[in-house]
Amino acid sequence: MSRTTPLFQEHQQLGAQMVEFAGWDMPIRYDSLMDEHHAVRNSAGMFDVSHMAVVDLHGERCRDFLRYLLANDVAKLKQTGRAMYTCMLNEAGGIIDDLIVYYFSDDWYRLVVNAGTRDGDLAWINQHAPSFDVAVKERSDLAILAVQGPDAITHLTSVLSRTAAAAVKELKPFQAWHEDHWAIARTGYTGEDGCEVIVAADDVVPLWRELLNKGVRPCGLGARDTLRLEAGMNLYGQDMDTETTPLVSALGWTVAWDPEDRDFIGRAALAQQRAAGTTHKLVGLILDQRSVLRSGQEVQNSDGEVIGTITSGTFGPTVQRPIGFARIRKDVTEECVVNIRGKALKARIVKAPFVRQGKVMPGILGEDNAS
Amino acid sequence: MSNIPSDRRFTESHEWVAKAEDGVLRVGITDHAQSKLGDLVFVELPEVGSSLNAGDACAVVESVKAASDIYAPVAGEIVSVNESLADAPDAVNNDAYGEGWLFTIRPSNEGDFDGLMSADDYSANLD
Repeated sequence: MSRTTPLFQEHQQLGAQMVEFAGWDMPIRYDSLMDEHHAVRNSAGMFDVSHMAVVDLHGERCRDFLRYLLANDVAKLKQTGRAMYTCMLNEAGGIIDDLIVYYFSDDWYRLVVNAGTRDGDLAWINQHAPSFDVAVKERSDLAILAVQGPDAITHLTSVLSRTAAAAVKELKPFQAWHEDHWAIARTGYTGEDGCEVIVAADDVVPLWRELLNKGVRPCGLGARDTLRLEAGMNLYGQDMDTETTPLVSALGWTVAWDPEDRDFIGRAALAQQRAAGTTHKLVGLILDQRSVLRSGQEVQNSDGEVIGTITSGTFGPTVQRPIGFARIRKDVTEECVVNIRGKALKARIVKAPFVRQGKVMPGILGEDNAS
Repeated sequence: MSNIPSDRRFTESHEWVAKAEDGVLRVGITDHAQSKLGDLVFVELPEVGSSLNAGDACAVVESVKAASDIYAPVAGEIVSVNESLADAPDAVNNDAYGEGWLFTIRPSNEGDFDGLMSADDYSANLD
């Protein structure tokens, strides 16, 4: 039996097409995935992401614990409500999960982790927490709603209390406001402005309905995937896993090497890989002809040598081209070839993101199409 | 439930087959199929002149989420393909039984058409 979120009946009433995702029964699309995608790029959409796990950490030594557990350094979070993106690594430097960590107070931090890695994450965290006297509490009583798009904050603040609305309007990226069971952060997975709202399960249905009345479009996991791909954001399990490190996953920027004496799990292995030099890299790919990139497709260089694999692929609804990420040999630059059903199609290697704030990034469409 | 036209035949794999001119058959996918697939972003069509056996995978329709094979409903030779789908694959979503046709095929045996499912049988199969 798949698990369902508190919004399950809302999804059913809207006629959503449901799929099993990481043990959860989730909406993949309500009607047209394309329309959902464009709603987020041009106005506002909302995603039920309550399948993700919220884990609260309590204890005086929380900060020390997280500086050891995570590859990014929570010491950078100095004001209450500040948040950061980070990887959690194993001893070999492999990625156990990518997550967002919130700093609420010196003895209270919050992690939001992927649904598919929940069990492994909790086991790993629980294995290391006792040495720091940190209590680990999963908050399955909470739901998460991502409200994304250029009009997202306007719509969201129009349905919040006056105090909450005033606070949310002032939020900077990766900053959260919280009160009682509510935490609203200016974060997302779409490349657009917006918030992720963590609320008590009982409060999420009225919030959903009010936003629906404001014209915020319900969006499924399908649009979430095309949006995050265009935004150049990795998906755990596809673009990275325990066999890959941040250094070969375009996530080197999330590893805090300074201060040098901070010991975090995976540091030694990462330092070794950095010193030896990496052989592969995760890059963006774009095709200038109609097709669709898919994970698992083989990537070759111009001599026909296999140099890597597509890790995520789609047809980008905003870019209007086939796009994807590929892990390829580091020496290959500019161009490669993707084999699709026996045909060798030329692909350009580009720097993600493909799209930010509704606009295709410069250089993505190639020189021929520069305007 | 979408309207299933009674002027043509159907396959279990959700292709429709209509009689065109000169004994040639026009083939597409049903409205039910396009609705299940979602917005199509790419259609790969067979080579004109290629010879196919019934059930051969001969075309591919791709939505954002998945690629699906299209099968030759009868044995025969491809006469023409709907080239306008190269730039506008969404015609299959908007008009599956009309503008969104995929290809025409000259059947090896004219009688094969009658062996395909009727609209009523196809409709019953969906329930």
